[in-house]
Amino acid sequence: MLIRDVGDTAFSVEFDGNAEVMGLRAAIRRSLPLRGLVELVPSLRSLLVCFDPQATSRAEIEAVVAALAADIGGDAMGEGRLWRIPVRYDGPDLVDVAKARGLSVEEVVGLHSTAVYRVLMLGFMPGFAYMGGLSAALRLPRLATPRLRVPAGAVAIADDMTAIYPWESPGGWRLLGRSSVCLFDQSREPPALLAAGDRVEFFAE
Amino acid sequence: MSHLRVLSPGLHTTVQDLGRFGYQEQGVPVAGMLDPVALRLANALLGNPSGEAGLEVYAFGPGLAVESESVRLAACGPVRLTLTRDRETTSLAAGRSHLLRRGDVLAVGAVAGAMVAVLAVEGGFDLPSVMGSLSTYTRSAIGPLGGKPLSEGMLLPLRRASAAARAERALAAAFDHGAGPVRVMPGPQADCFTDKAMTDFLSAEYVVDQAADRMGLRLIGPKLTHRGEAGIASEGLVSGCIQVPGDGQPILLLADHQTVGGYAKIATVISADLARVGRAAPGTILRFTAVTQAQAEAALHESERSVRAAVDGMIDPGGGLDLVALYSANLVSGIVSAEAS
Repeated sequence: MLIRDVGDTAFSVEFDGNAEVMGLRAAIRRSLPLRGLVELVPSLRSLLVCFDPQATSRAEIEAVVAALAADIGGDAMGEGRLWRIPVRYDGPDLVDVAKARGLSVEEVVGLHSTAVYRVLMLGFMPGFAYMGGLSAALRLPRLATPRLRVPAGAVAIADDMTAIYPWESPGGWRLLGRSSVCLFDQSREPPALLAAGDRVEFFAE
Repeated sequence: MSHLRVLSPGLHTTVQDLGRFGYQEQGVPVAGMLDPVALRLANALLGNPSGEAGLEVYAFGPGLAVESESVRLAACGPVRLTLTRDRETTSLAAGRSHLLRRGDVLAVGAVAGAMVAVLAVEGGFDLPSVMGSLSTYTRSAIGPLGGKPLSEGMLLPLRRASAAARAERALAAAFDHGAGPVRVMPGPQADCFTDKAMTDFLSAEYVVDQAADRMGLRLIGPKLTHRGEAGIASEGLVSGCIQVPGDGQPILLLADHQTVGGYAKIATVISADLARVGRAAPGTILRFTAVTQAQAEAALHESERSVRAAVDGMIDPGGGLDLVALYSANLVSGIVSAEAS
């Protein structure tokens, strides 16, 4: 565990893996209210702790967080919610992914839709969930030239992760298919469908 | 119906408050005013709560027609205001409140010497908050008015049908956002950079590039070299983080920054200096100096004291020839009522 300065209103607690990040977030949530805490931003290997320096001090809040961090176990991640998301596997990169990995299209679909993924963090855009657990047989880097327009609902892979684009946007991930699930709705609470720590399965529709 | 009608939108005018906190873990940026101090001062001039949402004027402001009995408003920042009333035009000062009446047209002109100014109305805009805030994040259309910037013909509903009966208020002087080097705390990835990179960063001049928007400022100056890769495991960010991509040119992140990012960050601007960098226009020359957490806390204390002093030191501008007050209250009675209040 390593604590890094992120200006005078935040610090990050860095770990070796995502499980500890989720464990610390859960431990802090169990300890609420925590004076001066503004919000927590979990990411792949670190938890950003944002605080109001006029309501607490860095020393005070860091002491509480560090004590909680020292006490989280290895099985801290827990089960998380399980989502089963329908996908129409007709993405523009499906054939190229199959060729690049020496697989048939059916094998690509089979590998993508049998894994159980874990949401590691949200970011890039509202509701965009980075999911870990992609089969090693499907791993490919991002496209050398990102697309200027990836449609909303695109189901994509990059490196060891998979994701669904909640909005139309530029993007460099490889597109396997699309889903009609609404990943972000600002009139809903919470607006993002997926949360860090959730588990996700895909099935071909 | 009480509202301001948008006659012309300005370059990129958005409704903003002090930011939407609590949703970054869902990938939702904080957004909010680039110059939060200006919003607090404008709200103080109008008797609003300090976090009441106003309009952020980005580079060039909107034209607004008053379609309510009256409205009191105030702009803070270096911006020119022109009132058209009964075909007569008058210049209005920023840094003080003004009483406008039905049929008046306010033209908010160019922001000079900074990127942003703030225009707020007494009582605030009657808009529904989105995820607990009236800040607008246009990239994902999150916020009031459909999450969009102002556009021609839009109506901005006012909570108050008419202005309160009270004297106008003015700042005694334009707020001083400070000079000298911008204060940063090294990190979170200072260790990813060569010693020379850190020395250069803390001694050289960096110029704010034309590629500047609400997400951040690209800074042009000595290239900052990483010890290894520029990329890190993506992690949470705050406004003020200075990330350095592989090309070595730093990017200072502002209110609309994405919630996570995968570039190493050499330093983070302290909260006391965020408003100052938030209003920096292209061509602004910035220098950086390193401070400790304790120094940053002292600086925030000092900057909060300056804001409070500006609020406590507000004056009644009534003594001078205030054409708006004169017009709006039939000349003579205007002077009398100003003295009576």
